[in-house]
Amino acid sequence: MRMHSLILRTAGHFLLPLLILFSLWLLLRGHNEPGGGFIGGLVAAAAIALYLFTMDLQAARKALWVDPRNLIGIGLTLAVLSAIPGAVLHGQPFFTSQWWPMTLPLLGEVKLSTPLIFDIGVYLVVIGSVLTIVLFLAEAEE
Amino acid sequence: MSHVVALPVLIPLLAGSISLIFWRSHSAQRWIGVIANAALLVASLWLLRETWVHGHLVMHMGNWPAPFGIVLVSDLLAAIMIVLTGITGLATALFSLSSIPREQERFGYYPLLHLLLAGVAGAFLTGDIFNLYVWFEVMLVASFALLILGGERAQMEGAIKYVTLNLLSSALFLTAIGLLYGVAGTLNMADLAVKLAEVPPEQSGLLTVIAMLFMIAFGIKAAAFPLFFWLPASYHTPQVAVSALFAGLLTKVGVYSLFRFFTLIFDQDVAFTHEILLWMAVLTMLSGVLGAAAQYEFRRILSFHSISQIGYMILGLALFTPLALVGGIIYIVHHSIVKASLFQISGLVYRLRGTYELKGLGGLFRSHPWLSILFLIAALSLAGMPPLSGFMAKFIIVRAGLEAGAWVAVFFALLVGLLTLYSMLKIWNEVFWKAGPETQHEVPTRGQSPRLTYYYLPIALFAVMTILLGVAIQPIYEIAERSASQLLDTRGYIEAVLGVQP
Repeated sequence: MRMHSLILRTAGHFLLPLLILFSLWLLLRGHNEPGGGFIGGLVAAAAIALYLFTMDLQAARKALWVDPRNLIGIGLTLAVLSAIPGAVLHGQPFFTSQWWPMTLPLLGEVKLSTPLIFDIGVYLVVIGSVLTIVLFLAEAEE
Repeated sequence: MSHVVALPVLIPLLAGSISLIFWRSHSAQRWIGVIANAALLVASLWLLRETWVHGHLVMHMGNWPAPFGIVLVSDLLAAIMIVLTGITGLATALFSLSSIPREQERFGYYPLLHLLLAGVAGAFLTGDIFNLYVWFEVMLVASFALLILGGERAQMEGAIKYVTLNLLSSALFLTAIGLLYGVAGTLNMADLAVKLAEVPPEQSGLLTVIAMLFMIAFGIKAAAFPLFFWLPASYHTPQVAVSALFAGLLTKVGVYSLFRFFTLIFDQDVAFTHEILLWMAVLTMLSGVLGAAAQYEFRRILSFHSISQIGYMILGLALFTPLALVGGIIYIVHHSIVKASLFQISGLVYRLRGTYELKGLGGLFRSHPWLSILFLIAALSLAGMPPLSGFMAKFIIVRAGLEAGAWVAVFFALLVGLLTLYSMLKIWNEVFWKAGPETQHEVPTRGQSPRLTYYYLPIALFAVMTILLGVAIQPIYEIAERSASQLLDTRGYIEAVLGVQP
């Protein structure tokens, strides 16, 4: 599995945090512009997969620090739960978007919302399911 | 607006996600399964009550208005189907407690079960055709996975036929959706019912073509003639709990969709479309029961009978009179309960004797008289003996057929009832009555006799239900009657979804 290339290994160390940051940026940008949980999750999963190629299975698991199968369940639960606040708080139909705009120092106006929770859920599910498959294949090969 | 409309979809989805979080703990998943399905049953009964009081319940998901957003609609037919989902779901969860091997639990049996139930509930409740397609796919993905859990050779063989034909059906479904959108410019069912009534007569030929495409697509899902052979090829291969759920619930989704489409949307050319449905129903009844006569494996016989019983339900729709629709709806309820129960009994017999082949079985009446009586109740109900539920269901449909003057269909309905009785008696003789084989060995129960409780519990509850349905039919008849009048008079549905029409 491991590729013996000095360039790749050096680049991999630097690329992992950058790609994760990029995936988070895609996730947050997704509400009004191209991006979102699905594509962000794919980028994050690709980042870990790249790390797997440059290092080894143990290192990739460590970099992920959580079993990908847990991510699937947590993500799905978050996505389903995002349907509920509007129904409980305001008696609106399920999945009605709720917006909680707030002003933070440094960042300015930030809009927290249930679509964001849904997107984070999707993000986690995508990372979880892609990496479950990838790590399983890597394990089978070893 | 009432939130109870969405609960039958939301509960299984949430339960599935939570049991994925607990993927390490088998016992947590098992009890989440039981609790969630009990909650689903309670929610479904509540939904039925609310729908009975208020007529139609509608929820515009995400608060987007009707023809544009997705609506969930509950009329009495949908509510009845949801109650069946709750009943079968809970019975399956109980039955799974001791019948599913640990190995398969490890591969996500419970999350898949919840996903399947969410798909089924979504398909029953949605008021949008494309959304219906999506729920069908959710359901199919889950059912593919449940079908091959275990990975035996026979399972793969059955799954290939199942997947191929269901993909064909999905493709036809999608084609029909595309054509329909081209004609009407909408996919909201209520909106379609309005728009299609205004289609000029020179375009009505195209509508008939679209109606036929939908009929074939749902016919495949419901295992109706001529494309039914995926069902007997696959339903006897997975775990029995899964077979019971599939036979009790999954094929009903196709039947339900036929009921919904050919009452609400395609009622322009009843003389043509429902005539075809009638012959489809007759041939389905006949081919199923004749196929069963040649079988000597417990679950294969039951699978073939599922097909012939689907024919009765479609017959109720095809006759298209109020009484016939009542009969069709009661038949769906009756068949879900009885067929799930029979499959579970076959599973219990397998647990006791270790085989499904009729040749290798026998003597169970002597050793397990109560089990034999439970089987007899379900089997006679399936064949239509009074005073059980099957008798009432068949009686209403035959009566409606006589009133409508459909002599041929009535003749075959009665003949198929007789042949069903023959088939059930064959199982009774071979499995329960005749002396056991010489080399009979009691499969050791490994000191687990308390766990057999979870086998008996759902089977016994089903038996009580089929007796109650036969003896105290009146309340269910009233619900079915009002449901049939809702189906025939579509104005209520349209007004509930779109608001009052100008």
